[in-house]
Amino acid sequence: MRKFLLEGLLKRPLTEAAPSDPEIEALAMAAGQAARRRLGRSLSIRQVDAGSCNGCELEIQALGNAYYDYERFGLHFVASPRHADVLLVTGPVTRNMAEALRRTYAATPDPKWVVAVGDCGRDGGCFAGSYAIEGGVSAVVPVDLVIPGCPPSPKALLTGLLALLDVAGGKA
Amino acid sequence: MNTRTASAPQPFRSQPMPRQKVGATEWELAAVEAARGRFDLLSLWATEDAVLMALRQVESGLTDVLSYPLAAGVFPSVAAQHPAAQRLERAIHDLYGHRAEAAPDTRAWLDHGRWGIAAPLGAATPGPALPPYEFLPVEGESLHQVAVGPVHAGIIEPGHFRFTAQGEAVVRLEARLGYTHKGVDALMRGASLARGAELAGRVSGDSALAYAWAYAQAAESALGAEVPARALYLRTIMAELERLANHLGDIGAICNDAAMAMMLAQCGVLREAVLRAADAAFGHRFLRDRIVPGGVTHDLDARGISTIAGLAARLRSRFPACVALYDGTPSLLGRTVSTGTLAPELARHFGAGGPVGRASGRDFDTRRDCAYAPYDDLTFNVPRRADGDVNARIWIRIREVEQSLALIEQCIARLPEGPVFAAPAAAGEPREGLGLVEGFRGDVLVWLALAADGSITRCHLRDPSWFQWPLLEAVIEGNIIADFPLCNKSFNCSYSGHDL
Ligand code: SF4
Repeated sequence: MRKFLLEGLLKRPLTEAAPSDPEIEALAMAAGQAARRRLGRSLSIRQVDAGSCNGCELEIQALGNAYYDYERFGLHFVASPRHADVLLVTGPVTRNMAEALRRTYAATPDPKWVVAVGDCGRDGGCFAGSYAIEGGVSAVVPVDLVIPGCPPSPKALLTGLLALLDVAGGKA
Repeated sequence: MNTRTASAPQPFRSQPMPRQKVGATEWELAAVEAARGRFDLLSLWATEDAVLMALRQVESGLTDVLSYPLAAGVFPSVAAQHPAAQRLERAIHDLYGHRAEAAPDTRAWLDHGRWGIAAPLGAATPGPALPPYEFLPVEGESLHQVAVGPVHAGIIEPGHFRFTAQGEAVVRLEARLGYTHKGVDALMRGASLARGAELAGRVSGDSALAYAWAYAQAAESALGAEVPARALYLRTIMAELERLANHLGDIGAICNDAAMAMMLAQCGVLREAVLRAADAAFGHRFLRDRIVPGGVTHDLDARGISTIAGLAARLRSRFPACVALYDGTPSLLGRTVSTGTLAPELARHFGAGGPVGRASGRDFDTRRDCAYAPYDDLTFNVPRRADGDVNARIWIRIREVEQSLALIEQCIARLPEGPVFAAPAAAGEPREGLGLVEGFRGDVLVWLALAADGSITRCHLRDPSWFQWPLLEAVIEGNIIADFPLCNKSFNCSYSGHDL
């Protein structure tokens, strides 16, 4: 363990953005400004898998690794919808998950925003038309933003969430 | 039942795999022999007018597909003899309405009473609402229940877990799944081969490549199609990249559930490196839609090769430090050693594949034991342990990371020249084929029936999780509830792959 700690002291962090990735750096700046101005620097997110293939979840998880490190943008994933500003919903909404999604939405305090993630979250993706599918997320709860992709890359997810900070600012 | 004589495993991937029609006696005998351990039950599924069972003879490695023609929608229950078949049988009833005679458990499994229709692939009649799901009764003094899910606290898939505990100790866990059921079997029916490949690659996001390969194998075997050698090597590089990404992610995530965040951070960095290399070399982080029947869609150029070689070198130099960190942290080992122990007997009985089975002594890996090309030309070990706890499942993954690196290096060194795709010719008659591929979680099975025009009549996809979920319920017994996340992560079963 000491080896890692020492390395951590001596080496530059892996976290991108800083100087090496102007794109994420720009996002970070924008997020900082938008969040500070309107939401006091933070956005609490509750992720809901409403029937995805798990691909979208993997990229959302990746936001936590050292390269993307979502926390520095003021984004937090919370364990309960009662603590959330945003529901980040993936999947074509399956009929078996529709009620759970509705209840999660009802348990989230106002003001709240819903982000539909992935091609499936947008409109059911390649599962559209199945007897087991309600459709995209908007077939079950109102959606404020769609981040398409199969799955969307971590960068696309960050861009989307940071764009939401602007939208959210208007509503809050 | 197995009349073919061959010393090598049957080459079911290179030729169509006609099913063997059997009567009730042979069907039941097969179930009994599977329960006794002479056969591994590879899967159990249905068509409109039959139920089918894929078996592998343990001793000879021969594989066969048995088919029992239904009599008035009824078939002799396999689960009555062999418990590993229970949930597959319940799923058959939910999807087709076929009834297993003398089945030990007739509760609905995938059908939660919300589809609006019953037996969507069978009679598809308007479905009445189902009665509330009845969890199995648990009796004893001062028991309490804890219900978790389907919406979980983390960024993971949905499912419901019902714990019955006495104080801290879990007396019973019963899982209820099916929440992510998307109706893949129905979408496959009548689909083109290409549309089928798209769906197969989206059954379980973490195993996109393994599914695509198993599906392609099934199609290629049905059509008797030859795949160019270079394509096979590229498939292997991709398959091992997928295994690396998932194993690295799992090793970190398991340790994180034992409160060792540094392992998650370090392994997460390596995992991201794999995904980025996959993206740079093949154009997709999860290698989605990269394998199609007949070959692969992306060739590797010199830059791609050096990206992959560079990744292997980087992991070779960085991964040992993670292993040393794991092995050198007693407080972490204190959580993983002797936690969630899976008895070898149970692993064998359920035919548990992947690290879950191999950590409990089950010496099975389709790459070696069903030796599909090009693995038959490559050198690698199949690590195995007998202790079966969380620690053992971590070590199997660690050893497999090393093996995957060795496989990737061999593939790069020996990558054949030539085309990467050869369109399979239409057969002009109905055909059936079987595919079996070692995903990171275990053996992924795909059985495909094609019509004369090449469209799909039936595609059955069986995730390794079918034979692992029930075992998770067994290993948690006697452990404390707080250790469930640790046990669960060390299994890392798929919800979507199972629910379909
Ligand atoms: S959009 Fe793609 S990755 Fe996301 S759930 Fe759908 S199929 Fe899976």
